[in-house]
Amino acid sequence: MIPEIGHFSLIVALALALALAALSLTGAARGIPGFVAVARPAAQGQFVFVAIAFGCLAWSFYSNDFSVLNVASNSNSSLPTAYRIAATWGSHEGSLLLWVLMLSIWMLAVSVFSRSLPEDMVARILGVMGLIAVGFLSFMLFTSNPFERLLPAAADGRDLNPLLQDPGMVFHPPMLYMGYVGFSVAFAFAIAALLDGRLDATWARWSRPWTTAAWVFLTIGIALGSFWAYYELGWGGWWFWDPVENASFMPWLIGTALIHSLAVTEKRGAFKNWTVLLAIIAFSLSLLGTFLVRSGVLTSVHAFATDPKRGIFILCFLAVVIGGSLSLYAWRAHRVEPGGRFELLSRESMLLANSVLLLVACGAVMLGTLYPLFLDALGLGKISVGPPYFESVFMPLMAPAILLAGIGPLVAWRRGDAAQLARQLRWVAIAALLGALFVPLAFGRWAALTSTGLLLAFWILAGTLTALVVRIKSNAKINSAFLGMLLAHAGVGVFVIGITLVKSYETERDLRMAPGDTATLGGYSFRFEGVHELPGPNYAAARGSVTVTRDGETIALLAPEKRIYRVQQNPMTEAAINGGISRDIYVSLGEAVGDGAWTVRVHIKPFIRWIWFGCLTMAFGGLLAASDRRYRAARRREDATAPDATVVRGSTA
Amino acid sequence: MKRFLLPLAIFILLVGFLAVGLKLDPREVPSPLVGKPAPAFELPILQQPDKRFTPGDMRGKVWLLNVWASWCVSCREEHPMLVALSKRGLMPILGLNYKDKGDEANAWLKQFGNPYDLSVVDADGRIGIDYGVYGVPETYLIDAEGVIRYKQIGPLTAAILEQKILPLAMALKK
Repeated sequence: MIPEIGHFSLIVALALALALAALSLTGAARGIPGFVAVARPAAQGQFVFVAIAFGCLAWSFYSNDFSVLNVASNSNSSLPTAYRIAATWGSHEGSLLLWVLMLSIWMLAVSVFSRSLPEDMVARILGVMGLIAVGFLSFMLFTSNPFERLLPAAADGRDLNPLLQDPGMVFHPPMLYMGYVGFSVAFAFAIAALLDGRLDATWARWSRPWTTAAWVFLTIGIALGSFWAYYELGWGGWWFWDPVENASFMPWLIGTALIHSLAVTEKRGAFKNWTVLLAIIAFSLSLLGTFLVRSGVLTSVHAFATDPKRGIFILCFLAVVIGGSLSLYAWRAHRVEPGGRFELLSRESMLLANSVLLLVACGAVMLGTLYPLFLDALGLGKISVGPPYFESVFMPLMAPAILLAGIGPLVAWRRGDAAQLARQLRWVAIAALLGALFVPLAFGRWAALTSTGLLLAFWILAGTLTALVVRIKSNAKINSAFLGMLLAHAGVGVFVIGITLVKSYETERDLRMAPGDTATLGGYSFRFEGVHELPGPNYAAARGSVTVTRDGETIALLAPEKRIYRVQQNPMTEAAINGGISRDIYVSLGEAVGDGAWTVRVHIKPFIRWIWFGCLTMAFGGLLAASDRRYRAARRREDATAPDATVVRGSTA
Repeated sequence: MKRFLLPLAIFILLVGFLAVGLKLDPREVPSPLVGKPAPAFELPILQQPDKRFTPGDMRGKVWLLNVWASWCVSCREEHPMLVALSKRGLMPILGLNYKDKGDEANAWLKQFGNPYDLSVVDADGRIGIDYGVYGVPETYLIDAEGVIRYKQIGPLTAAILEQKILPLAMALKK
């Protein structure tokens, strides 16, 4: 019964989304207040029904209802409860439902937090988002129904892919999707503004907090995924340039460019066309990413069983949504009035250069991701593109972007003061050079790439600090948008330090160890105590124990595991990590080589945590910027003048 | 107006490629080589670079040729399966180390285990072209006459191994 309620709720949600898209877009175009008024309640109703559907699917997983095909193929009665719930989005159908749920949450948020916007604008925004919801809901209902029954019911399920049985699975996909889908808000704002012709600074101010919020979620989602890959896969790496990773990284790059471009449009009224285009591209890449992952045109470690019908459906949807918005752009963009003028040395030109660099970097990632497909489609043979391409193309593009990010906050809008900038940059340059020269000395080994990385990192950190000092000295007010920007830039610096030091100074050893053997690496001693069998809830594990000591003092007892999951019989490596600010000690278990001896791999990864700490700092900076008072102030003013809006909210809460 | 059409034009081109791409399955491309003799080669052996190997050495045996590289992420996915298979000793498994560096390849085998009776080095990918390798990993089942009987593009899965490759190998052995 519960799955049928879920299925029915999806159908109701589709009907509501259709009504929302049709009525509110027509209403806004023709100026029919009754139609426009439908937007908010319809969006909220759609949220309620999608949430019910999601709850029903989660319940089917929770209660082990193996008469639902999706549950039978992706869960198992011995699967721990948290993973049973996470398995809700572990399958193709379930992850689409999560996608739509996230979209509905964003629509709900827009419907609640948009009282400062004109009614017809809200109607257009929600209408565009409703159109997207129509596409995805019908995709689910027609090709990938998550509630499909399996008759007769299976006795037990085929289990969730062991790779996904991890706390990371509980948090990573919702965060990532929240970010991915969040760009639909900026997209809907852009389309609404193009339809309306009101493409101005106010539009940019409305879009900014939404875009930044989506970007924050995406940043956290990507960082979580990277951290998960680091400790779960047992390879010790943290980024593999896998097509699916790239699919989430491309919208991030464009989202970053968009945030910066929006700043110019809001403050100076410039780059309007460019900003709109970036908003369209950011969400288009989210859709493209969904297509790449869900259609199976590319092979990847994330690849799932696929069905060509689904691919064609998403591709048509992609063509309609993106093709439609780019046509609208081509049709309307030339009418947009040019913004304020600016000199070559100005914050505008810095931000423009940065967003172009980010766009080009995104293009390079996209080329590498799709190149095998292009060649194949042209009949020129089949190839795969590996990390060497991405590293050699991506790094040189990001280096100038980071240099610019260090300078940007110091340069004035419209026209910068070259002499003053030179004075300020002197200190930044000295700090960066000192850091680049002396930090490698502390590690005892120098390499050109190490110094380059550190130079960039210290450059952006020192530049950011200088910008803060300059602002404090000038007695200007420091708002949270400014602070958030500085924090995010500092996060980039921290992130670059992490990458540089890990790449330069990580050490590893592969050892054959019998119980009682000791090995040393980087000043640490590792004593292998042996391996014992340990049954888990749905797997059998061989757990090794390794005592790590330094100067006779015990630092950690590490227990790396090798697990065999009972249902799918896949072996999984669970690395054991002793984390710290300045280094991670990472131990993973290889193979048994007889007589109680095992191959053991130990890594020392200096400063690797800084990579994720840097990402979190960026995300926190974004959060701070999005919560700036000037976005809230506008809303509070409207609160007083629009008492009826609370009634709407109260009726659906 | 014209320059604003550029993004649309690029996008239409992209959709064209994606549409063609949908028809191509990157995993199951029927190889023209199935049923044909395995292309000959003579390549140095990874662990003993002064020795060379040719497929002719395997005459009379049913064997697997697995194309791998240390830079290939999907190889790590299938690797435990190959290691487990090699322990069962059902048939020889040979590796074709594709466009890789010797020290990195050796380190990789050390880390993940070496299921291969031996690996040959195809540093510039020339032999890969003869075999129609388009992505790593790929796996070929070659019979006692030196004829390719099965080709797997992309990582092996337990299902493919147990249901397709092993039964076929057992049948060929008889």
